[in-house]
Amino acid sequence: MTLDADTILSVRDLRTWFKGRHSIAKAVDGVTFDLKRGKTLAVVGESGSGKSVTSLSIMGLLARPGAIESGQILFRDRQERVHDLARFSQKQFRALRGREIAMIFQEPMTSLNPLYTVGDQIGEMIALHEPISPSEARKRALEMLRHVEIPDAAGRLDDYPHQMSGGMRQRVMIAMALACSPSLLIADEPTTALDVTIQAQILDLLRRLQDQFGMSILFITHNLGVVAEIAHDVVVMYAGRVVEQAPVMELFARQTHPYTRGLLACTPDAERDLGSEGERQALYSIPGSVPPITDLPPGCAFEPRCGYAVPACRNALPPLVKAGENSISRCIRSHEI
Amino acid sequence: MLRSALNRLIGMAIVMFLVVTIVFVIVRVTPGDPAAVMLGPDATAEDIASLRERLGLNAPIPVQFLTYFGGILRGDFGQSIFLNIPVTHALWLRAEPTFFLTVFALAIAAAVALPVGVLSAYWRGSAFDQAATMLAMFAASIPSFWLGLIFMQIFAVQLGWFDTSGYGGPGASFAERMHHLVLPAVTLGLISSALITRFTRAAMLDVLNDDYVRTARSKGMSEWRVVVRHAFKNALIPILTVIGLTAALLISGAIVTETVFGLPGVGSLIVSAVLRRDYPVIQGALLVVAGLYVLVNFVIDMLYLLVDPRVRY
Repeated sequence: MTLDADTILSVRDLRTWFKGRHSIAKAVDGVTFDLKRGKTLAVVGESGSGKSVTSLSIMGLLARPGAIESGQILFRDRQERVHDLARFSQKQFRALRGREIAMIFQEPMTSLNPLYTVGDQIGEMIALHEPISPSEARKRALEMLRHVEIPDAAGRLDDYPHQMSGGMRQRVMIAMALACSPSLLIADEPTTALDVTIQAQILDLLRRLQDQFGMSILFITHNLGVVAEIAHDVVVMYAGRVVEQAPVMELFARQTHPYTRGLLACTPDAERDLGSEGERQALYSIPGSVPPITDLPPGCAFEPRCGYAVPACRNALPPLVKAGENSISRCIRSHEI
Repeated sequence: MLRSALNRLIGMAIVMFLVVTIVFVIVRVTPGDPAAVMLGPDATAEDIASLRERLGLNAPIPVQFLTYFGGILRGDFGQSIFLNIPVTHALWLRAEPTFFLTVFALAIAAAVALPVGVLSAYWRGSAFDQAATMLAMFAASIPSFWLGLIFMQIFAVQLGWFDTSGYGGPGASFAERMHHLVLPAVTLGLISSALITRFTRAAMLDVLNDDYVRTARSKGMSEWRVVVRHAFKNALIPILTVIGLTAALLISGAIVTETVFGLPGVGSLIVSAVLRRDYPVIQGALLVVAGLYVLVNFVIDMLYLLVDPRVRY
């Protein structure tokens, strides 16, 4: 279990499978990536690509019948000790969750408990991991609300979640997640349910908090626009596997996997999509849909939807190969794209 | 909070006024002369006439209603024909066993149902869950009088731990009287626990999948804390509703159990009043039972307010 000094999280050949009576859903099948200290790694993919299951595997929050089949999740804690989370018991996870690794979720409307005030819920996080009096916890909760820039924080401390807007609630979630200064924050589509203007505010806030708190962020999203805003490195997932990995600048400059290319083409772009006369082009979408992960073809999983497909794609799973200066791609024609 | 309570109290008063009116009308629209029905086929015309006079049945209907309504406001429910004492007094004499029977049965039902329901949901599909589900089905389908008789046979006749029936002699101490309530309370409690168990399980299954439960787990707390503080409290609203309904059912369900165990409660008073056609007692008991229903509902509504900050009336 060796880990580079500046790597906080290293997922190695992770397989998380859901075994049913008659079939195995390989939701995550051999995923490998590293997250550097203080950096943001975006994991991008459509629903069903395995990005959320990856994050739940790291947190030990998989629901039955999901279980880690093999692989390693190496994590460096604040004392610089390296743990393999793939072998952690629930008891070991409890000491880690919230304190070392915290998570924010997609639905700020339902992710907070409706029966407790936001001050209570932030304070609970601190009280769980530090010996602290209730009044001290309350003071720290207020401090956290100020950190996430909630106006009139003192007045909102005793508000219930239903008295707040979606954006405010996501700020509360972030305040709660960062309350114990974790070294890793997992953000699972934190802006997807929010209005565009609020999205930008939350991303901006996360960036500033990262400078302030120094945590690394694992950012799960399907939105490449969001990736451009926040990520340092990008992992693109398809059908439970990594298909492309690159630093963010390199990825947007040149995609080395047809799937990434398709994803980027799906993002609406006013300049490109609106003609000079204001006439609208049809929006691009990748033909077909993600294959069922219980029944993947032996070759490239993207081959049936791929415009670059050749017969060789069907024979065997293409390996991840170096495709650019710092990028890798799981495409046998990566150099032609 | 105070405002919500006040709104609910006003609602309660309106419901009770309607109940009083309905009870009054039912007695008046029942075919036949109440006085003649009460006195039976052998009564003479003079007897009937004098009873009609005593009951105030000769006055015009609106006057009768006002007299009746005014009496109720003063706590006067009339005079029992058979017992020849005020109805309120007759009810009061019988209130103790019914009150404690209902309270004990409800406590037993909740004490059994809540943990079993929560664990069933938490371990759904397990052997425990399946056994609990089967037992709840079984308990729900057993008639209370039959279970009462079985318990009586085992614990009173064979083991001799309890008396088979009654409420102790006239001079029985409070402890002795409560001892007589153990078997009937367990009987009623176990049967009522079935419904509460099923509702608790369903409500818990709902909330255990909610996002905030996942959030709670991600904070690194014990499963006990996740289940009790974050999940169970959210499941309480439907559970409180069904406990309220159970309490209301117990008030009327006590009638059969009291008869089986020979308890001198309100239930057996109602049964004998019906057999004797003691109309004032029936009316009074009807009002008291309806009043208790309304009161239980009020208490449940107030508990909603305490549990859920989103509730406003």
